[in-house]
Amino acid sequence: MRNLDWLQLALFIAIIVLITKPLGLYLVQVLDAKGKTWLDWLVKPVERVTYRLLGVNPEEEHDWKHFTLAMLLFSAVSALFTYAMLRWQAWLPLNPQKFDALSPHLSFNTAVSFTTNTNWQSYGGESTMSYLSQMVALTIHNFASAAVGIALAAALVRGIARHTAKTIGNFWVDLVRITYYLLLPICFVFAIFLVSQGMIQNFKPYTTAKLMEPFTVQVPKVDDKGQAVNGADGKPVMVDQVITEQSIVQGPMASQVAIKMLGTNGGGYTNANAAHPFENPTPLSNFIQMISIFAIASALTYYLGRMTQNQGHGWAVWSAMFALFLAGVLVCWWAEAKGNPIHHNLGVAVADGNMEGKEVRFGIFNSALFATVTTDASCGAVNAMHDSFTGLGGMVPMLNIELGEVVFGGVGAGLYGMLVFVVLAVFIAGLMVGRTPEYLGKKIGAYEVKVALLTLLVLAASILGFTAWASVSKWGVAGLNNAGPHGLSEMLYAFSSCTGNNGSAFAGLTANEPWYDTTLGLATLIGRFLMIVPIMALAGALAQKKVVPQSAGTFPVSGFTFTALLIGTVLLVGALTFLPALALGPVVEHFLTLQGKLF
Amino acid sequence: MKSLIRNLRSSVMAVLVLAIVCCGIYPLVVFAAAQILFHDKANGSLITDASGTVRGSALLGQPFTGDKYFNSRPSAAGNGYDATSSAGSNLGPTSQKLNDAIKDRVADYRKKNGLNDADPVPADAVTASGSGLDPHISVRNAELQAPRVAKARGVPPEKVAELIRQNTDSPDLGVLGDAGVNVLKLNLALDALK
Repeated sequence: MRNLDWLQLALFIAIIVLITKPLGLYLVQVLDAKGKTWLDWLVKPVERVTYRLLGVNPEEEHDWKHFTLAMLLFSAVSALFTYAMLRWQAWLPLNPQKFDALSPHLSFNTAVSFTTNTNWQSYGGESTMSYLSQMVALTIHNFASAAVGIALAAALVRGIARHTAKTIGNFWVDLVRITYYLLLPICFVFAIFLVSQGMIQNFKPYTTAKLMEPFTVQVPKVDDKGQAVNGADGKPVMVDQVITEQSIVQGPMASQVAIKMLGTNGGGYTNANAAHPFENPTPLSNFIQMISIFAIASALTYYLGRMTQNQGHGWAVWSAMFALFLAGVLVCWWAEAKGNPIHHNLGVAVADGNMEGKEVRFGIFNSALFATVTTDASCGAVNAMHDSFTGLGGMVPMLNIELGEVVFGGVGAGLYGMLVFVVLAVFIAGLMVGRTPEYLGKKIGAYEVKVALLTLLVLAASILGFTAWASVSKWGVAGLNNAGPHGLSEMLYAFSSCTGNNGSAFAGLTANEPWYDTTLGLATLIGRFLMIVPIMALAGALAQKKVVPQSAGTFPVSGFTFTALLIGTVLLVGALTFLPALALGPVVEHFLTLQGKLF
Repeated sequence: MKSLIRNLRSSVMAVLVLAIVCCGIYPLVVFAAAQILFHDKANGSLITDASGTVRGSALLGQPFTGDKYFNSRPSAAGNGYDATSSAGSNLGPTSQKLNDAIKDRVADYRKKNGLNDADPVPADAVTASGSGLDPHISVRNAELQAPRVAKARGVPPEKVAELIRQNTDSPDLGVLGDAGVNVLKLNLALDALK
């Protein structure tokens, strides 16, 4: 934990703090159908034409059921669109590498995973996806799923801020305005910045380079029919093959990566995601990518404060998120910097930390920070392989996801997830002082608490249920890359990541087979839509409520006490639910590492 | 029912409009700007030799194992530095396989570079990177390899040290990230010495 690394952490925090208010104020304008922005002169005409094409009246507002129906239909249609494109990839243009169409189970998994802002990837991008699939089939969801998440958060905040109201906004207006005024303008600038750092943006076929030092590998011998030849001992015959060339990936990467980060999608253009030198060329590109993951989520807390006319509440929620972020990054960084005693005993320099799966240009600190940020949010891009983290270092990203990704969180999803915890926190506070719980002047009744609890139960049931199923199934164990407790961690991480709509992985798991593709795909659907519908019901219920005047007994939802209570609620729910599973995976692995036990 | 059909129509149209704006206009404008402003970088930062043959990308590592060259990090991408299948080993901290691999690499590294059995070996020299395409090695790793390379090539050690310095990428803005030596560029510079 070097001094320069502390400086980087301070810099990161300072920038997040500084952009929260201005971006939050901009969000207030964007999320208001009549809001004015500095881009109106350019975008307003396009916005009007879009409404006409969609057949939408922007003046109209809807109740929560209508809002939710529109969101569900849009998600279904866009998922089908991507499924079809992937199934027909071989016959569509912009496919210079002649990649085949994707299998039905992989297309299903990929389509729902991108629709739900998960971007779990059972495939390696650079060896599976054509330029058209990357640019259209996948990128459309990078925009749309991010915009949907922000729209839902805005609807919930409107529900909280309004009283005796029936409507919570217009889904189509939110979708269009968020995409046009927020995501696209930032992405234009961001993408060109990324190219300036070395990221590619072209439509050329892959380039062949002549290696400076050719090398020989052993490959199985094949006959003229392409079948492997077996020797007398029944094992495949190996022959020498001299590798003289390197095939260099090309394609429209920067435009996709910009929205992948800003929209907390995280689906990599390449298999190695943001560890790939093209997809994250410099420490500076790495730094800005991390900022972009948190930017909108952090600003949304300011939006919350502004809309509820209680800026202290917005900052209290922000502070709770920040405290949980800081705790996570410090633990992960400490664990990775400390390294692996098993490898130290082999002669690896102790001071270097755990470098397996990490890039030299990012080093220990930026790998740990990125891992924490990407799982606090529902991003899931990775610049180092979480599978190779130490026991405790790898537990931090896993736990972050299992807490519901409410630490800043995915764009929109983080805020509405955290607001569920806020409802629970005021409920607990109400129980403690023996009063009917109130949230910003509204009485929280049994209905609200039930709905809030439902979302948390869905999350836990999906993660733990699917993991339990996989761990006792042949298909579950067959996909593992590691044995022992780490194998359990691979499964637990996969179902946490998919249910939490994160998309990062303990990537050793071979998930591209029918069982994993299907169960993980179902987990993403459960984690997104079974969360969203109750939350929209909550928004509808809150909007209708009357405001009761504050009294001396009202529990304030700003200030230190509330922040501490909120952190406690998040940790209590997360710890109680997932501690047993974590104890069997990363925690026991940590102690086995200290003992030098291998699997 | 009426609302269902209306919303369905809006959904289909929204997908089409977003596909045109976000997946057509947006990437193409970025493409045009990138090609004009940062032509080399947008096309992969390719390095070509005098005869015009592409020898690699300044951003992507290549496998080097010979004594005459600075050796790259171990790689889990395909057969090693396969730029079409970027990947890490994804082996965990208690993996026997990883343990055995590191053990062999440590022994090789010490033997090759004339280190004693007790000398610590730089972590990056014996571990695979996240992408399998890491273009860098740590400065310490390069310094330990320098005497071997200088001897194999018959080049004065000071000259090699100078080339290491020239091909070291220091932290961005003086703060961000870790310093690393670009192995491909360094080895190209060595070959260009004569």
